[in-house]
Amino acid sequence: MSSSTAEESARSEAAMLPSPTPVQLINERGVAVDNDTETAAKYPMPSPEALMRAYDKLVTGRRVNDQAGALVRQGKMAVYPSSHGQEACQVAAALCLDAQDWLFPTYRDTVAVMTRDVDPVEVMVLLRGDWHSGYDPIEHKVATQSTPLATQLLHAVGVAHAAKLKGEDSVVVAMCGDGASSEGDFHEALNFAAVFHVPVVFFVQNNQYAISVPLSHQSVAPSLAHKAIGYGMPGERVDGNDLAGVLSVLGTAVQRARDGGGPTLVEAHTYRMQSHTNADDATRYRTDAEVAEWAPKDPLVRMKKYLTDAAVLTDEAEAAIGDDAERVAATLRDGLNSEVSVDPDDLFKYVYSEPTPQLNEQAAMLRDELSREGE
Amino acid sequence: MTSVADQQTPAQAAAGRVADDDGTTTAAPVTFGKALTAALSDAMDSDEGVVVFGEDVGPLGGVFRITDGLTDRFGEQRCFDTPLAEAGIMGMAVGMAMNGMRPVVEMQFDAFAYPAFEQVVSHVAKMHNRTKGKVKLPIVIRIPYAGGIGGVEHHCDSSESYYVHTPGLTVLAPATVADAYTMLRDAIDSDDPVVFLEPKKMYWSKDAVDLKALETARRDPEVASGIGKAVVAREGTDATLIAYGPSVPTALAAADVAASEGRSLQVVDVRSLVPFDDETVAAAVRTTGRAVVIAEAPGFASVASEIVARVQERCFHSLAAPVRRVVGFDTPFPAPKLEHYYLPSVDRILDAVDDLQWED
Ligand SMILES: Cc1ncc(C[n+]2csc(CCOP(=O)(O)OP(=O)(O)O)c2C)c(N)n1
Ligand SMILES: [Mg+2]
Repeated sequence: MSSSTAEESARSEAAMLPSPTPVQLINERGVAVDNDTETAAKYPMPSPEALMRAYDKLVTGRRVNDQAGALVRQGKMAVYPSSHGQEACQVAAALCLDAQDWLFPTYRDTVAVMTRDVDPVEVMVLLRGDWHSGYDPIEHKVATQSTPLATQLLHAVGVAHAAKLKGEDSVVVAMCGDGASSEGDFHEALNFAAVFHVPVVFFVQNNQYAISVPLSHQSVAPSLAHKAIGYGMPGERVDGNDLAGVLSVLGTAVQRARDGGGPTLVEAHTYRMQSHTNADDATRYRTDAEVAEWAPKDPLVRMKKYLTDAAVLTDEAEAAIGDDAERVAATLRDGLNSEVSVDPDDLFKYVYSEPTPQLNEQAAMLRDELSREGE
Repeated sequence: MTSVADQQTPAQAAAGRVADDDGTTTAAPVTFGKALTAALSDAMDSDEGVVVFGEDVGPLGGVFRITDGLTDRFGEQRCFDTPLAEAGIMGMAVGMAMNGMRPVVEMQFDAFAYPAFEQVVSHVAKMHNRTKGKVKLPIVIRIPYAGGIGGVEHHCDSSESYYVHTPGLTVLAPATVADAYTMLRDAIDSDDPVVFLEPKKMYWSKDAVDLKALETARRDPEVASGIGKAVVAREGTDATLIAYGPSVPTALAAADVAASEGRSLQVVDVRSLVPFDDETVAAAVRTTGRAVVIAEAPGFASVASEIVARVQERCFHSLAAPVRRVVGFDTPFPAPKLEHYYLPSVDRILDAVDDLQWED
């Protein structure tokens, strides 16, 4: 190898490694970070309008999490895995996409799905328990929320691959958690994406836990973002509670994918402020002191401070944003408080394009049973 | 939830459960879940090679708390959390078993065992056969399974057919608190790999079982393993209900209702899906001449269909009617609000019993 190609490959390898510390544009005190020129050029501060729009969604996202928690306690929903504390990631994952792009969310990414303007009550169908998914994935270009961990990452690669073959200008953002990064499918998805050079951004919300298991039990790599270089794609890490930072880092990765630059792995450092779901008890495996350390890093507090100091967020604007959030919360309450009628025939209708003779028989048996019950 | 507290199986009696003349027991009530925890703990006590691992089984004690306290008591070397990867858990268990240990792994839920399927089918099940018995894999794969808890998708599968269809795997599905203890101990003692299906809706069901007595009884070499043994869970003369795991309490409840309507139903608890106890099941059906098989899994090509075939082959001349099935529909397990339409119910079982050609 000549020295110039050796230098070149060293440079391209270095470019795949994440920043030495998570990228941050606005710090915990709500003050803009004075980044070096290279970082600032790569990850520019979003415009005040973009930040205001995102802040509005952020406030709504928090309100949705709180409202859903209340609805679970009232027995209106089967379960709710809250993204409380992770709303900056949720909002940015949706806002970095254009209409022709796709989102692949998990069970925890309800707020991201809603931020992509899917009807909140339709989104909650899964967690309310009347069907496995309530919205049309094709219409919204939002896949069903995935529970079998990391499996959706391969579907994202497939959508991107098809888009590439069809000459579509779409990018796919595929979400997963820190725990899911240990699954075999995570490895296969990243490798496929890199080998086929498809427009996918893998977005890992590292919220430090997989139910009770801390990150230290998942991986001893320097960071999850460091895994990217092993597949031959760039990795980046970002302060996941800094809305501006996540918007910028995801924006850069999405643009790169759109320009034919291939996949990127983005790891957001954040924290699951509540239990895994309402069925979990986080006090069994982590201390209140640890949770308290993360409280001041809250994504809402710092955005509000920054936008207020910049005189972009006025009292009237704040009030209007609060109204938006209350409207969504009210929609959720009304939707989930109203009795849904489930149709037992639905059990058999959608197993195949056309029900088999056996399914028709079973449906008839159930109808007969129910009609006799009614007698 | 139906209590099975007043049902004393012969196996329970043999295992030393103390019952007074009036049928009341002296032991304190213990849950199905706690009986499993005790079995793990006693097995770890009696054999240093027994190690427990999986997702959230360490400090949390498992999402159903079945491994509660094991890390505290035996240390992180013996009960530990792995990275989140089921194929990894299963594959590592194979290696540890090859090197002399007795791994007990937990798959967090039925449908989350699927990433481990290749390891189970291609290696766990086949190693003994491939090596003509030179390599034994004494692995226990614990799987909280089936529905009845209002769980969302991927949390309620009855996946037993995949495993029973794979030669080389022992497949157990206990339905009583006493069996939860004894059969998990049997599974851990077995030199063959065991898929141990825990009906998750029964974790909180209680029975007055003296676990200490069960543990003492196990030391008696005369007490046979429950593997391969079905039991008659309730005597009856008119028809036989054959069930396992989560369907046993439903079958017992149906027998209660039938009794109040003047029909005497016998209930057989299969317990061991592989190996299957043809003898006990066929003998039971021959005494009544009528049978209904009950299971939650979709009925097509299922354990229930296998049982029907075996009973028909063995009891044809004793049967007054074709053997009926009350099983899950051939659909994916439904969302929580539709679950009650899907699950075998007392009424559906009694309908099937009514269909058994009683007219003459
Ligand atoms: C294949 C598979 N195994 C196990 C589970 C059970 N489970 C659900 S969420 C979870 C933890 C996931 O942690 P992480 O990926 O960090 O996401 P988070 O819940 O923190 O958002 C586990 C083990 C599952 N859903 N899928
Ligand atoms: Mg996590």
